[in-house]
Amino acid sequence: MPRVGLYATCLMNLFRPTLGFAAARLLEDAGCTVEVPLAQSCCGQPGYNSGDVEAARALAKQLIAAFEGFDYVVGPSGSCMATLRHDYPKLFEDDPDWRPRAEALAARSHELLSFLTDVCGVTAVNAAYTGTVTYHDSCSGLRGLGVKGQPRLLLGSVEGLQLTEMQDAEVCCGFGGTFCVKYPEISGRMVDDKLAKVAATGADTLLGGDLGCLMNMAGRLRRQGAKLKVFHTAEVLAGMATGGGIGDGEH
Amino acid sequence: MDVSSPRFKEKAVIALANPTLRQALGQSRKGFVNKRAELVAALPEFEALRDQARDVKDHVLENLDHYLERFDNAVTAAGGHVHWARDAEEARNIILDICERVQARTITKGKSMVSEEVNLNAALEARGYTVVETDLGEYIIQLAKEPPSHIIAPAIHKTKEQVSELFEAAHGGPRKTTVADLVTEARLVLRDKYFKADVGITGGNYLVAETGSSIIVTNEGNGDLTQTLAKVHIVTSGIERIVPTLEDVSLFLRILARSATGQETETYTTLSTGPRRPGDVDGPEEFHVVLVDNGRSKMLGGKFQDMLRCIRCGACMNHCPVYGAVGGHAYGWVYPGPMGSVLTPLFVGLDATYDLPNACTLNGRCQSVCPVRIPLPELLRELRHQQHQRGISPPVQRRALGVWRFVAERPGLYQFANRLAARALKGLGGRDGRLRHLPFAGGWTALRDLPAPEGKTFLELWHTRKT
Amino acid sequence: MPESRSAILQQIRAALGRGPLSDSAAAALDARRPAHTRIAVDDDDLVARFVSRFESRSGTVARVSGVDAIPAAVDAYRQAHGLPPRAAVARPLAGLPWPAGFAHHPGPAGQDEQMSVTPCLAGIAEIGSLILASGPDSPTTLNFVPDHHLIVLPAGHIVRHFEDAWTLLRALPGGLPRATNIISGPSRTGDVELTIQLGAHGPRSVHVLLVDDAPAAAA
Repeated sequence: MPRVGLYATCLMNLFRPTLGFAAARLLEDAGCTVEVPLAQSCCGQPGYNSGDVEAARALAKQLIAAFEGFDYVVGPSGSCMATLRHDYPKLFEDDPDWRPRAEALAARSHELLSFLTDVCGVTAVNAAYTGTVTYHDSCSGLRGLGVKGQPRLLLGSVEGLQLTEMQDAEVCCGFGGTFCVKYPEISGRMVDDKLAKVAATGADTLLGGDLGCLMNMAGRLRRQGAKLKVFHTAEVLAGMATGGGIGDGEH
Repeated sequence: MDVSSPRFKEKAVIALANPTLRQALGQSRKGFVNKRAELVAALPEFEALRDQARDVKDHVLENLDHYLERFDNAVTAAGGHVHWARDAEEARNIILDICERVQARTITKGKSMVSEEVNLNAALEARGYTVVETDLGEYIIQLAKEPPSHIIAPAIHKTKEQVSELFEAAHGGPRKTTVADLVTEARLVLRDKYFKADVGITGGNYLVAETGSSIIVTNEGNGDLTQTLAKVHIVTSGIERIVPTLEDVSLFLRILARSATGQETETYTTLSTGPRRPGDVDGPEEFHVVLVDNGRSKMLGGKFQDMLRCIRCGACMNHCPVYGAVGGHAYGWVYPGPMGSVLTPLFVGLDATYDLPNACTLNGRCQSVCPVRIPLPELLRELRHQQHQRGISPPVQRRALGVWRFVAERPGLYQFANRLAARALKGLGGRDGRLRHLPFAGGWTALRDLPAPEGKTFLELWHTRKT
Repeated sequence: MPESRSAILQQIRAALGRGPLSDSAAAALDARRPAHTRIAVDDDDLVARFVSRFESRSGTVARVSGVDAIPAAVDAYRQAHGLPPRAAVARPLAGLPWPAGFAHHPGPAGQDEQMSVTPCLAGIAEIGSLILASGPDSPTTLNFVPDHHLIVLPAGHIVRHFEDAWTLLRALPGGLPRATNIISGPSRTGDVELTIQLGAHGPRSVHVLLVDDAPAAAA
């Protein structure tokens, strides 16, 4: 049985543990053992994207060391896992000691849903969801890791679920890490454009693969008084989208 | 063109509140984006063409000195003159000298971003020359005294009504209100100028080393009238626009129009090779190419060399959601959007351009459509790195990053801080499960609620469950 | 000014971390003959492909049975468009049987020129464009100044790809002409509200006279 080290991601760890348990359930159902190293923290992306390459390197070393023993490192985020797969080897390009370790980790690192389909061979899940759903393709997962068909394949197997594609599913929602707080007006326009496309589908549920995007969109929806439910795809797939969605009251 | 990039945020906010700009940008997205997508879907060879275009550009850059010399020789053999300009001032002086020597009075111009880059028009006008932009979009913004807001469609931000007003004021006569009438009026007015012009200045989409030709690609034919009717034709072009042979030209022709405007081809592709030949009854008597460096050679051999592959198609800005929200003027200089956010800091300096590499979500759509596969997000991130190293980023950000790094480097401390935050934010979120105000996150809460955490961290829940 | 040239070359070489290329390296570059991917043009009927592509961009095509039928085709066109019986007609076409009363001159085209009739080097089936080479017998102003540009294209002069057109260009005596115009239709602009409008600065109408049987008259 493959030994998976679950990477918690900052946002999931702090804001949405339900997602972590959903991820673990899906991985266990797929025949993996799941462990969650305690000594984990941020992957370093905020620093990397702000130009603090040194900070990113320091945190990368920490993460590489914490996850070195596993067959796979899996996280419910295209953004974080793209950092591990693509940016970590770049960070250590000129470091003969850490480069092979970074490359080894990168090769074993996966975004959750694409891991289930592409590595574990999962084609269907045992879950039900009553509702019409639309799907936002988070940019890092889509362009960094090629995550596009895999979530849709799995959602297609959810009993009762109807998926309606939105126009411009692949256009950025305006989160962009610190971008949304540094350039809030531009980010606001981008999220409004995105939510207009969501609304046009008539769906009652919005799904995606990255909490940053989902919190951005859910936060804006709640501010506007919209009732649309927002979940991470994994929560629906694991049958755990029964309580409150992101930005709702009860859990 | 003057640099107003330091005012990016302010100009962006103004642009966001402009409903006509919003409409114009939305329309352009539909056109340029959708049409390009259709053509690309219908062309199985497209990805291979992109790879080869990237490779040709890389090859040229690695051998740029050789190809520039070959080009110079070939232009000279065809009876033309090549001038080399190290910087903007030199480029202006070369052109001013030519105009003075031929006693020019009226100068017509085809669209040339390089000429904007070196502030050519202002210098010509200061000397008393009449300068007339002939590309309809450039003509419109010349009348409006505004800079271009897009490298392919410079007047994309103007409505028909605004153009109508500008034409009425500039041309006199009864006001035209339909697009057809406006274009006809421009055609008549500019026809006069073409025939009056002493000097015609165009850009150069490609410079062909093999034949000493400069190439312009237009839909309007204005560049052709500009260069054919004037006594002197001057081409202004960046040194990186060289391609080795005609076979390389056809490769680029196959991807340029598709990427730029979603057309299979533009109306006119013209190769100009030297001045008029013995026996010719029309054509310029003199042919000059001004090769402009202005910071390009400095980009070779370094982290930004890939940016020199750019063929100025505009696909990146057409697909960029930030450009799509704020338009081109906010970027504050000649080149907007993703390519402008890389070039402007490199040409104008990091100090005046803090926002340009940062007003980007690194979503990567630009790179996914760039015909020569420039890794734009990587280059933008590298600029952020340089800003950080030079201490240009705002002190608040540096301090916040410092705190974040300190805590994150200590997983025990990091998890402790998270446990505290999970409880505190949940409490503040109350029964609704969301926060409307958060003192240090005003940027977020101005427009969004912050979903409250569930109350405990995943790590603590996982490990209490497992023990 | 020569200092600028050497300064720039010097800066390029310094940035690339090398000196000038050796003679053999330079010769290798000069001998480079790239063979890039071409867009598949598998049509057996190049004429049909040319016509369909050209017409898709508001160009018009009239088929003409032989060179001697060209003047009548021109006359029919000018009547249909309400134009007077005069045109700038490129010299190689001057000797054709023009109708009495039809005034023509070999160019250049003046500011009031309304119609021109020119030959071309070839048609390019790939994109449905025409390639025209300037010369004493083919002034460039005929291609851009008048409202109406009529181009004589022998059906046998339609090549498949751009590269085939380059071969023709290189074979011209004197190599590339001063101006090589690849023309894909009438002039257009989208600069006002992205509304496509024909006749921006170049001709409003480009009309190809596709000659089915043409000895070397037009070239």
